Amino acid sequence: MNKILIANRGEIACRVLRSAHALGARTVAVYSDADRDALHVASAHEAVHIGPAKAAESYLNVEALLAAAASTGATAIHPGYGFLAENAAFAARVIAAGLVWVGPTPEQIDAMGDKERARRSASAAGLPVVPGSPRFALDELEGLEAAAAAVGYPLLVKASAGGGGIGMRLVEGEAQLRKTTQATQSMAARSFGDGTIFLERYIPRARHVEIQVFGFGDGRAIHLFERDCSIQRRYQKVVEETRAPGLPDAVRAQMANAATALAASQHYRGAGTVEFIVDAETFEFFFLEMNTRIQVEHPITECVTGLDLVELQLRLAGGEALAGLTQAQVKLTGHAVECRLYAENPAKMFLPSPGKLVKFQLPSPGDGVRVDTGVREGDTITPYYDPMLAKIICHAPTRAAALAKMTLALAATQVEGIWTNVEFLRRVIAHPAFERGAVFTGFIEAHKADLLA
Amino acid sequence: MAHEVELQTAGNMWKVMVKPGDTVAAGDTLFIMEVMKMEVPHEAPADGVVRAVNIHEGDEGLDAGFIAVVID
Repeated sequence: MNKILIANRGEIACRVLRSAHALGARTVAVYSDADRDALHVASAHEAVHIGPAKAAESYLNVEALLAAAASTGATAIHPGYGFLAENAAFAARVIAAGLVWVGPTPEQIDAMGDKERARRSASAAGLPVVPGSPRFALDELEGLEAAAAAVGYPLLVKASAGGGGIGMRLVEGEAQLRKTTQATQSMAARSFGDGTIFLERYIPRARHVEIQVFGFGDGRAIHLFERDCSIQRRYQKVVEETRAPGLPDAVRAQMANAATALAASQHYRGAGTVEFIVDAETFEFFFLEMNTRIQVEHPITECVTGLDLVELQLRLAGGEALAGLTQAQVKLTGHAVECRLYAENPAKMFLPSPGKLVKFQLPSPGDGVRVDTGVREGDTITPYYDPMLAKIICHAPTRAAALAKMTLALAATQVEGIWTNVEFLRRVIAHPAFERGAVFTGFIEAHKADLLA
Repeated sequence: MAHEVELQTAGNMWKVMVKPGDTVAAGDTLFIMEVMKMEVPHEAPADGVVRAVNIHEGDEGLDAGFIAVVID
């Protein structure tokens, strides 16, 4: 695997390039009209233009990506996260073109990518799942009310093809059920080309805890402990940490073992994440979904384990057996926290804020501080892609020390020219409830008077 | 009194729900922008009649503060 094309942009493209270069590989970046001068383009050995700014015509353009690989003689494709990372058809095309696909097999992506099928696989592997309904195709809502009653209220209407909180709506009672379901279906049909939905029980005070797994493709799988990603806005993660604060060790171990068993049962290949919803009061946990890609928040896991997940992905895809990497080898040291710096205005419902980074000062890396970004001062943040500017990651022997480090790191973060959530992040980290570890997915809503005032 | 509805953010125009001459009520969605993978709806600030629509579905690279719709 001597030349790797990264089918992505922004910070994750830069992140993958770093590990690829450390392994001595040649690299190819791709870019749209909007990204000609982007950092990931400058960081790769070669770069290929793949189309207009709109992602559908560039970063989601399978033909353009395969042509870029062919014209540069790339031998492998790493998809990053988002875009085509969990697109089984793309993975299959990459493999059919004779290239190495850095990721799970297309069959594994398929099996886990559809949430309803994933629930069945998880259930079969012995994992507890949240009560849910069968699927309803677009405009075929016969039996919806009965299915909802069986699931129980409050419930979520979820798009089968959705992800990252996109395509998911809350229903408190039967009065709103049909209208909300139809709205979710039309949104899903538009966004994902598939209007299929299902219903799922909603746990009012829930935590989002996920297990990082790594499978070797032959039935061996290990876990790299958990991440708590409960601090979310609009169902998207803002702050993540590992370990999950206050979670009993027995629960952590049960979740990690369940996730590892699922990955092993699938003969899963590469990095994956098994997401659970955890009842914040009872610590009951339920399988949510499995993400068949590298995750945005993977750096905190790298900090506490000392492992480089992207390097492991690349080495496995390159044919190494990684026989030395056993569960006993994976040790956890200290506590790590990640804050996602977004181009958005928290005071205006987290309204996205494109524009020019007139000033863009991030904390200095080193001494337990890591910064992953794909932009620099003077760059223009366009409206076309994700609003994430950077990830600020702090690692220290204890949670309190990691939070203290994060406080300093956020104080050193200064952005001018656009709105960002940096002050909001400072308030989350300093909030007494967060310091106590009293996290749950409704944290921001519950404390908005303190966080957004 | 005329109300000018400005774009709250830079971005692209995804859907335009009104045309000149339409009667709208306060709170009606006039148009929806698509910005950084997020839908950003803009609503009528008051009851009235749409006098001007200065945006089209598919417009790209619009600036914040641009007067998109005028209601009388």
